[in-house]
Amino acid sequence: MSPLSSLPVAMAATLRREVLVASRRGSEWANPLLFFVMVCSLFPLGLGPDPRQLANLAPGILWVVALLAAMMATEGLFRSDFEDGTLEHMLLSPLPLYGHVLAKTLAHWLLSGVPLSILSPLLAVLLQLPPTGMPALMVSLMLGSAVLSFIGAIAAALTVGLRRGGLLMSLIVLPLYIPVLIFGSSAVQSAVEGVAVLPQLAMLGVFLLLAVAFAPLAIAGGLRISCDQ
Amino acid sequence: MGSPRWFYQFSGRLLPWLAVPALLLLVGGCVWGLAFVPPDYKQGNSFRIIYIHVPAAVVAMGAYMIMAVAGAIHLIWRMKLAAMVMKSIAPVGAMLTFLALLTGAVWGKPTWGTWWVWDARITSVLILFFLYLGVIALHQAFDNRDAAAKACAVLAIVGAVNIPIIYYSVEWWYSLHQPASIKFVGESTIHSSMLRPLMATLTGMYLFLGWAVLLYTRAEILDRERNTRWVKDLVLSSDPRGPASNKG
Repeated sequence: MSPLSSLPVAMAATLRREVLVASRRGSEWANPLLFFVMVCSLFPLGLGPDPRQLANLAPGILWVVALLAAMMATEGLFRSDFEDGTLEHMLLSPLPLYGHVLAKTLAHWLLSGVPLSILSPLLAVLLQLPPTGMPALMVSLMLGSAVLSFIGAIAAALTVGLRRGGLLMSLIVLPLYIPVLIFGSSAVQSAVEGVAVLPQLAMLGVFLLLAVAFAPLAIAGGLRISCDQ
Repeated sequence: MGSPRWFYQFSGRLLPWLAVPALLLLVGGCVWGLAFVPPDYKQGNSFRIIYIHVPAAVVAMGAYMIMAVAGAIHLIWRMKLAAMVMKSIAPVGAMLTFLALLTGAVWGKPTWGTWWVWDARITSVLILFFLYLGVIALHQAFDNRDAAAKACAVLAIVGAVNIPIIYYSVEWWYSLHQPASIKFVGESTIHSSMLRPLMATLTGMYLFLGWAVLLYTRAEILDRERNTRWVKDLVLSSDPRGPASNKG
């Protein structure tokens, strides 16, 4: 069998393995969700429980906290693979690294971004977000968190070999997250105001397509650099 | 061309040819702009800060693109010199970005009545500043110089993808949130008497960038080659131009 024809098989295997490993280590996917819930609940305590004020701030709060949760989830994306040598096997495999990386990032999104989007309406209710904003919140988070996974994976790949990569990763990744945040939160804002949401969602879709096409190249490059040193 | 020693000696001869015109253009352009250009009919004299603000902002953006291109050259052709230039641009670019933000705030206070607005253009320059800081932080985190250069090159290239996004956010941000209340003066709408000194300081700022980056790169060369014979000779000789001129 030629290497390229076995690529889908390898990608499916990577995807299955990631989901299996994460399902056995609950904290991996549960901790970012807990973080999301807890930080969101800090805002009414800090800002005061006035429902109108919270409703105004809710789109921004939900998106910023989701972004931070996504960043924390991405930080360890390649750590265990790096430590136990799996990553080196991926690099040495005859299959393109692009495919491995794509499958791994996809698995990461399924385990972090998707649960976050599904959980978000609950927190939106707690933060008094008007019901008209809910569908836009879920769809924008679903699309946006996938982009965040890809961008975060680039930074995770670059910092995986460093002893204290955590804080550094946030420095690298947050500026790159900003466009996603702008379009994500403004989609929710527009939905609440009853204005068309499609332009912002379409932009998030464009980001996602660009990320799927180009981010795996940067991630693969970052992994090679981190393993070479 | 790739030899650090050759580059060190060549850039040493180049330095005054960058520094002197940069100084002349920056000082001359500022004096011209501050003293001889008539005041703006709306903003009075406060517009004059553009002679520093605009060059700083433009060159900060340009420097990022040069940094990303240098990073790409390093990744593709393994050219060490490109890595050194890339590393040297980051602090200079960060400084210019900070200068642009600072002068923008100083200009914003009398013009808009506020130091800071979350306008798309201002925010985008702030992101640029963060991108520079990210590259500097990433470089410092690595013990291995080669890995640091490659990782920074990847980050610089990824960040460059963000620059068109940042650029067009002027339109996106306000078309989605609220109508534009702030408009930047386009080059075509500026009077030629104001434009000429601006062009002078802009050119001066680019020359300054070249001069500052060369100085950083030369320091980096000395640091990398500190165990070689020629650097030891250079440091021991009192002549700053190097040991070659001592023999003559």
